[in-house]
Amino acid sequence: MVGELQGREKLVVEGVSVRFPVRRGVLARVRGAVRAVEGVSLEWAPGETIGLAGESGCGKTTLGRAVVGLERLAEGRMRIGERVLSEAGRAVRRSKEERRLIQMVFQDPLAALNPRLPVCDLVTEGLAEHGLLRGEGREDAAVRLLEEVGLGAEALWKYPFEFSGGQRQRICIARAMALRPDWVVCDEVASALDVSVQAQVINLLQDLKARHGVSYLMIGHDLSVLRHVSDRMAVMYLGRLAEVGPAGEVVERPLHPYTRALLAAVPVPGGVRGAGRRAVLRGEPPSAANPPPGCPFHPRCPLAKEVCRRTMPELEDAGGGHCVACHCAGEVA
Amino acid sequence: MSAKVNTMGAAGARPDAAFPSGAPRAGETVLSVEGLCVGYRGEGGSRVPVVEDVSFELRAGRMLALVGESGCGKSVTAAALGGLLPRGMSVDGGKIAAAPGILRAGRGLAYVFQDPGQCLDPVFRVGRQIVEAMPRADRRRSRERLAELLEQVGFHEPERVARSYPHQLSGGMQQRAMLAMALAGRPRILVADEPTTALDVTVQARLLRLLADLQRKENLAVLLITHNLGVVAEVADEVLVMYAGRAVERGPVSMLASPRHPYVEGLLRALPRLERGAGPLEGIPGQVPALGRRPAGCPFHPRCALARAECRERVPEWREAGDGRALACWVRGGGGR
Repeated sequence: MVGELQGREKLVVEGVSVRFPVRRGVLARVRGAVRAVEGVSLEWAPGETIGLAGESGCGKTTLGRAVVGLERLAEGRMRIGERVLSEAGRAVRRSKEERRLIQMVFQDPLAALNPRLPVCDLVTEGLAEHGLLRGEGREDAAVRLLEEVGLGAEALWKYPFEFSGGQRQRICIARAMALRPDWVVCDEVASALDVSVQAQVINLLQDLKARHGVSYLMIGHDLSVLRHVSDRMAVMYLGRLAEVGPAGEVVERPLHPYTRALLAAVPVPGGVRGAGRRAVLRGEPPSAANPPPGCPFHPRCPLAKEVCRRTMPELEDAGGGHCVACHCAGEVA
Repeated sequence: MSAKVNTMGAAGARPDAAFPSGAPRAGETVLSVEGLCVGYRGEGGSRVPVVEDVSFELRAGRMLALVGESGCGKSVTAAALGGLLPRGMSVDGGKIAAAPGILRAGRGLAYVFQDPGQCLDPVFRVGRQIVEAMPRADRRRSRERLAELLEQVGFHEPERVARSYPHQLSGGMQQRAMLAMALAGRPRILVADEPTTALDVTVQARLLRLLADLQRKENLAVLLITHNLGVVAEVADEVLVMYAGRAVERGPVSMLASPRHPYVEGLLRALPRLERGAGPLEGIPGQVPALGRRPAGCPFHPRCALARAECRERVPEWREAGDGRALACWVRGGGGR
């Protein structure tokens, strides 16, 4: 595994923005834009798992889709080494090889799997499309892939509806892994699953990483799950990165007041009881179509000062690769 | 619905009836469920059990959490309380009994469901929908009562919210509006079925705090249905864990610190925790059995590391284990009586 990782280059996200037009009126003229992702820069090293956290609507899924090439960039670019994958304002069509390298596992496996195809076709579709079957029969390839995710040959001719949620997610993972990608974006892969099954799927992803040396971008809202799997953690708020750093650092010594609020809001069995323990955040995230001036978090921030209302904080390294975008980083309310 | 079951209508079934003179005191039992069995007719005409032999009590001013994974029957149990079982399903046995004078007077059961977006009618303003749920006595001063309800669920601008259509509110606000609607019927019992599952953690925290406050102030008996053990530990007084249609362990919320049933133990171990750091999680092998394919004996035995011969043959007896705790397990249930 280590040998495979050597010589691989980082996937670099540089100042990426993704915007969706807002159309209004009878003529459906563009009247504005939802700024789903704004100026995000992130380096993703081979073999590294990044946990991308945030509330719904913060742009984490859009960023993941942009990495895979499913969204057009409004600003910035994405590259592996010097090879540009996507760039704003220029139509860069990814080559087949580039598309093979980056795969995605979606949140809802039932929606992601064609209900009319048997599992055998579902997991080998990509292989056939990329001409990677190499003499191996489709069935043999399917069995090999299914075994890798803990499903047996008896699954081969079944259809998606015949499986439980956890098994369907395994099929999706088998399909993504079939192409031997270097990078896999996992969008809330375990959040729809029951606790006992969620742990199985997460352990499976970890196994596959150890075996094949893939890198994951784990998108999720459950900070405790992300903490378990991630090397580094990134927290997004309203399309921007609020904090990025080694996972342990971010959880144990969060610098951004938003990260702290998120962590405090996680209910813990056997933890200190009573709602009083938690610093409950005021208000709700503002709309990405009409973000507040200055720091996007200031209307809800317990530390907000005058400068937060006017100037957008930059993401700055606070030491040891722990970066935070906050004028009052580390201060206590 | 079988004859021996006494089910009452949903919230505010008879809103104009006089309120009972004595409100229940905190801790008093307002509803008891004994040996509840729910099932439906499967292919070939045989009964498929969904809920089997579940018993619990709801007390005024207390919150009981019904916990379990999908398919364990927790939502069906909740639906059975208000006679809201889906078509085809019916109560096959057991007794649901309300304390006299409590539910008959229309101080009924109110529900809050998981997806507020689907429960609110998109074409009516929120305020109108809440007024609709009020008993007749309150409708004469509906404006004041509406403002009072909306303030109670934490809205600072009740007029604006009342004028809004559901789509103009965020998920957290919609859920609070649903809560206001549930309270409009002046219920004694509130059944909250996964009320925070669709919400973000920060919004979830606020809703839970609100629920706990209301329970205390209004002396409500709350049945909280959830799969999230963290949520349970935060707000509930008592916990009942279900697996494959059966109750497996019950006790005060502190029991989560030292569960006895192997399933509950496994669930807690499978839970990722912030303080544990990185590393593999301990899942429970296998999966929850599908309806109609539940194993004989203890429903958990195929996934249980401790299973022995009698677990495969006989359903474990429900045994009291002291300190208000009880469980159904041949291995951990303590010596037989």
